[in-house]
Amino acid sequence: MSSVRSEPPEPGPLAPDDVDDRDDGPRVALKILVAGGFGVGKTTLVGAVSEIRPLQTEEALTNVGAAVDDLEGVAAKRTTTVAMDFGRITLRDGVAIYLFGTPGQERFWFMWNELSRGALGAVVLADTRRLPASFAAIDYFEQRGTPFVVAVNCFEHADRYEAAEIRGALDIGPHVPVLMCDARRAGSAKQVLVVLVEHALRLAAARSVPSPPPRPATAPAFTQDG
Amino acid sequence: MDPSVPGAPRGPGGERWLDEAAGPVVRPYAVTRGRTRPRGEPLDIVAILVATGRPAPEPGRLTREQRRLLALCRRPHAVADIASELRLPLGVIRVLAGDLIDSGLVGIQRWSTPSVQPHNDPNLLRRVLDELRAL
Repeated sequence: MSSVRSEPPEPGPLAPDDVDDRDDGPRVALKILVAGGFGVGKTTLVGAVSEIRPLQTEEALTNVGAAVDDLEGVAAKRTTTVAMDFGRITLRDGVAIYLFGTPGQERFWFMWNELSRGALGAVVLADTRRLPASFAAIDYFEQRGTPFVVAVNCFEHADRYEAAEIRGALDIGPHVPVLMCDARRAGSAKQVLVVLVEHALRLAAARSVPSPPPRPATAPAFTQDG
Repeated sequence: MDPSVPGAPRGPGGERWLDEAAGPVVRPYAVTRGRTRPRGEPLDIVAILVATGRPAPEPGRLTREQRRLLALCRRPHAVADIASELRLPLGVIRVLAGDLIDSGLVGIQRWSTPSVQPHNDPNLLRRVLDELRAL
């Protein structure tokens, strides 16, 4: 693994090539959202590329929630828990990527607001048989300026389309990457993330052109307060 | 239903108690003493928390869950990691962690260059890209 590192070793008392620091806990966390309609393969994609773990969040009880939640004996309870797909990819030097798969329905947008704040980017997972299920997510990320890619999960019995056709059907700009994937395969799911990070990097580099950061690529600096 | 029927005991308020298979009997917000919102700025889902090492002034006043949270944070943990490991909803972790931060037992790791956040730092993204490709 150390042979593929492209940066110079970081200074320090320990030679980084001999030390795997990934058990030391994260120092920098990057968020990636995986959005898409029900059954489009969000859980599959997160599970293919990371160790998926249970995570619960909560939503305010609405009438919709109340209809399906057993309220007997819990009259004081005003929230109900919602399971989220959650995965982590631990990289070197204390960098961790956190993946969150969130339900696509509008009632879960309160989760998206939080997740997209400071997010590296988003994957909109799409199914060619139900492209309109992706519209809401695409609109959302376009409006918030969150970098996103559209990954078409190629289900076995779905018709195949060219990326250009998908782009046209979804009415997205030429700068937004569109790619085909098989969410079950680790290599394919990883490629989706690679394309997303490339896209986010292009946007970030364009923003930072006026004042290129003077510091070399070293381990992320951090401070602690509290 | 007869309260004496096994598996269906009733509490003092007449509510039906759940058996073990139904999961924790304690409602999540019982561990936060009923509070659903932390004080102050909400913690990001991937904010990284670390124990400061300061001794708790009154350890007995910490809840069991707060003690577990504090123990986890001897190594840096993101809020989402903590929620997942302690099997408690995110909102509960925010309340518990908020108290520990207020009392100086836990700190939040901050990115040192506020003008460039990690998610749009080209240097960091380049490193992430290299490592992802190599996975």
